[in-house]
Amino acid sequence: MGELKLMKGNEAIAEAAIRAGVDAYFGYPITPQSEVIEYLALQKPHETTGMVVLQAESELASINMIYGAAGAGKKVMTSSSGPGISLMMEGLSYIAGAELPCVVVNVVRGGPGLGTIQPAQSDYFQATKGGGHGDYSMIVLAPASVQEMSDFVPLGFDLAFKYRNPVFILSDGLIGQMMEKVELFDFVPRWTEQEIIEKNPWATTGKTPGRERNIITSLYLDPGIQEKHNEKLQAKYRKMKKEEVRFEKIQCDDAEYLIVAYGSSARIAQKSILLAREKGIKVGLFRPITLFPFPFNEIKKMANQVKGILSLELSAGQMVEDIKMAVNEKIKVEHFGRMGGIIHSPAEALEALEQKIIGE
Amino acid sequence: MKDELYTDIVKEENLVYKKTSLMTDNILSYCPGCGHGTAHRIIMEIIDEFGIQKDTIGIAPVGCSVLAYDFMNIDMQQAAHGRAPAVATGIKRTWPKKIVFTYQGDGDLAAIGTAETIHTCNRGENFLIVFINNGIYGMTGGQMAPTTLPGMKSSTCPYGRDVDMMGHPLKIAELVALLPGTHLVSRQAVHTPAAVRKTKNIIKKAFEYQLKAKTGTCFVEIVSNCNSGWKMTPVQANKWMEENMFPYFPLGDIKIEGKLVQ
Ligand SMILES: Cc1ncc(C[n+]2csc(CCOP(=O)(O)OP(=O)(O)O)c2C)c(N)n1
Ligand code: SF4
Repeated sequence: MGELKLMKGNEAIAEAAIRAGVDAYFGYPITPQSEVIEYLALQKPHETTGMVVLQAESELASINMIYGAAGAGKKVMTSSSGPGISLMMEGLSYIAGAELPCVVVNVVRGGPGLGTIQPAQSDYFQATKGGGHGDYSMIVLAPASVQEMSDFVPLGFDLAFKYRNPVFILSDGLIGQMMEKVELFDFVPRWTEQEIIEKNPWATTGKTPGRERNIITSLYLDPGIQEKHNEKLQAKYRKMKKEEVRFEKIQCDDAEYLIVAYGSSARIAQKSILLAREKGIKVGLFRPITLFPFPFNEIKKMANQVKGILSLELSAGQMVEDIKMAVNEKIKVEHFGRMGGIIHSPAEALEALEQKIIGE
Repeated sequence: MKDELYTDIVKEENLVYKKTSLMTDNILSYCPGCGHGTAHRIIMEIIDEFGIQKDTIGIAPVGCSVLAYDFMNIDMQQAAHGRAPAVATGIKRTWPKKIVFTYQGDGDLAAIGTAETIHTCNRGENFLIVFINNGIYGMTGGQMAPTTLPGMKSSTCPYGRDVDMMGHPLKIAELVALLPGTHLVSRQAVHTPAAVRKTKNIIKKAFEYQLKAKTGTCFVEIVSNCNSGWKMTPVQANKWMEENMFPYFPLGDIKIEGKLVQ
């Protein structure tokens, strides 16, 4: 059993970065995730693991620092929230285009604009449907506990390097700020320079006589070559869709109705399904863990079993569109969610299920 | 007689100049007469002379030199418009022993990337910034740059730059020289053999600093031509540059070993 600690979600992410052998964190403060960089600054990991921690002048700069270091084969990550993540979209598009591995965390707050510093899940579209320009996708992991905030950091890096692709951790202000017990994983040593060169033969580590020069770019002026590059990226995303779908099913075996929820809403829905069962309504919870790739097939299968689905999100209804696509009008699918930093209660969610799905 | 002369010239012992192997054989995408090619060659010669190809990483952001990686035979990263100093920071901070340089145009470095430039220099990031100032946006077809001279015409100031409306040309080298983080700031040119020699010496110095110790940011501006954007012949462009650009952007060292040159 690993070391047990009571931690905030944001602190767990930071501690996990040190333990996962991350080479550098570049970031810029923004609520509700400033604890990530503050925790790292306090821990001084450059004195222990050698990890670099640098506060950049903006999120534009931090994501481009990530681009540079990732292009040179290093394990690097950053974190931010809405306004900062929007600034990073240019860089993320370049990172996806140049096929660089990295982990980016969004501790979502309510928007649009400066919005609120309270929790929300309104950046689902931005995370899963592109956000930046061009045809690209990122693996999006949605932690629903402080434990997963920690566990998804090494998982994120495994996936990022496996696919040479950015991995996004879509958290929210609730998971980031709440404190829970975490079982910390053991320290993984940072890669040595030799290991980096061996594991990432594509990286700009300096051209040695034995190999061609390595170039990190997303520029293909010849439309034919650009299309080929796009096809290569699409093939990679198809592979992700086949191999990386992750989800959790709670009390789904006998369920007649289903709540689909991720992250903090999944935690709330866990209570809602208990309340429902006390009333004799058999409700299950389906929790997508990867929002990209989205568990389309598994939700489609559930549509053969249940009579209706409620998508519960702290937003105006974004994931609900993917659920509807999976279900393809076979059964009723509705959205419920509070916005602007207000968090729905388990009873409210159940009431919405009763009214919108079971009611008629 | 002619044949004899030719066979004599190609003899190894008569070699006076050779293209460095650190320039690839790809056909340069630059307009004939443009200073970019010369600036590339100088940097590659220096890397060759120091024998640091295996330790050097270059960054070419958006601008006419976006394809620099096609010509420079070293590991390189292409960067988003204006972000090269941030990209270089990411590399240098995680590979402190590597030799890192950026190669940026005026639009890139002094407009869209001003924040990255200033903060990189302010942190004293330990790499070299090569700044090609041609007073115009070459790649996108000759629009106004932050360094376009007062009254100078471009496609977005077709009646000449009106400083009341469009601001003044930005002397960013003088600006970064004021920051404690910069170690070397110099403004040079590459339009004559003498200018090339001077530029090479100063860039060489910048590489030497980076090879030796952590000194701070080295910033070398090269005032260059853009004969296509300026709509001149290469000869006219160089003359115009001497008569108009140099008075506004005077050549010479601005900061040496962390001290402002008076
Ligand atoms: C975010 C963004 N905005 C605009 C552009 C279009 N663009 C490409 S190069 C360039 C200007 C380049 O000028 P400069 O940096 O002076 O380099 P030069 O081409 O003169 O060498 C612009 C505006 C871009 N690529 N990215
Ligand atoms: S457009 Fe100007 S800067 Fe670009 S290659 Fe031609 S002359 Fe050089």
